[in-house]
Amino acid sequence: MEKLDFSFDSAPVSRSTDPALCGVVGSGNLEILVQSGVKPGTCEICIKTAARGFGDTWRAVIGSFAASHAAGGTVIAINDMGATPAVVSLRLAQALAEYQGGA
Amino acid sequence: MKSLIAARHSWFEATARARLGGLLDAGSRHEIMPPTESEASPHLAVLDIPGAFDDGVVVGSGKLAGQPVLFAAQEGQFMGGAVGEIHGAKIVGLLRRAAREKPAAVLFFIDSGGVRLHEANAGLIAISEIMRAVLATRAAGVPVLALVGGSCGAFGGMGIVAKLCSAILISEEGRLALSGPEVIETVAGVEEFDSKDRSLVWRVTGGKHRYLMGDCAGLVEDDLAAFRQGAIDFLAKWQEPAPSVSNLRATQKALESRLATFSTYRDGLQVWASLGIAQPDAVPLLDRDSLVALKEGLPT
Repeated sequence: MEKLDFSFDSAPVSRSTDPALCGVVGSGNLEILVQSGVKPGTCEICIKTAARGFGDTWRAVIGSFAASHAAGGTVIAINDMGATPAVVSLRLAQALAEYQGGA
Repeated sequence: MKSLIAARHSWFEATARARLGGLLDAGSRHEIMPPTESEASPHLAVLDIPGAFDDGVVVGSGKLAGQPVLFAAQEGQFMGGAVGEIHGAKIVGLLRRAAREKPAAVLFFIDSGGVRLHEANAGLIAISEIMRAVLATRAAGVPVLALVGGSCGAFGGMGIVAKLCSAILISEEGRLALSGPEVIETVAGVEEFDSKDRSLVWRVTGGKHRYLMGDCAGLVEDDLAAFRQGAIDFLAKWQEPAPSVSNLRATQKALESRLATFSTYRDGLQVWASLGIAQPDAVPLLDRDSLVALKEGLPT
């Protein structure tokens, strides 16, 4: 298991459902818990993943998510069981949509 | 036809929370120890395996057709729904609460291969505590209804727990047994049981077989709404009996006679023929309603 912590600047998001949870820690899948944080312009992400050595990939995927979505003011926790980058991106968008109440 | 399929929401495919959403009255679900308050398994962390926020089980309260119920829903996609220490403690706590608060029922969505082997003795103890708690809850007059229709079925210790419940509702996709197919094959060899033979596995452990044998009170479609209606219909008629030694003796006798009748059989097909079914080969292809009609027409 590897633990990764990232913090990215992101436009503030409006919250409706706090916390929001989506996904399951199953093979090739992950669960994402979105809660409100204290810094409105920052998205903080803490990841526990079964696959070691993919820190750069995570940084790229999360960075792109934080840049393309308004996700500021959130603290996101992830438990991962080997999800591919495409699955991670989809789940992040899904979790954020749920957090905004639009799931 | 297309719209019929679109209108169905598979229990088998759904997550634990999606099942709860389909079973309980809309907006009535309240989780106890939700993911933000629960803890992931410390045993898995020691083994360097990521845990789940809720340790693979959702517990809480809600309403079913207006009646207050408590629920425990296992997530089969996380570690095969296996029971670890925290997972088990959440279920036991919920059952003890039910014995105290006396809701109309406890709904137990079982989707589990049994003990989480990573947690060894802690998992085994958790299962035994669940067994005791199910019986204590029933003794307090609260029915515990098991719903089985997930990909992991109800195996190992959770197979025993399922049979300790007041009754089981199962779908054709659901399975119920003690040792799982792979376990039997590993221990006794492929000649004894071929776990890759999926139709054999279902003929021996599957929902239709369990229903025909009388192990399950109801057979329902693999559909969230069907499980909901099945649970409502069952609970409307069910009065939890007081524990009685004479009932236990009668059950023991029935099980002994069942063992004597069927113990040499190798396949569900032989059992069904012996139950008086004229065309056992046709059973796997029957739809739910036809199978229920067939069972109701059998000699008792």
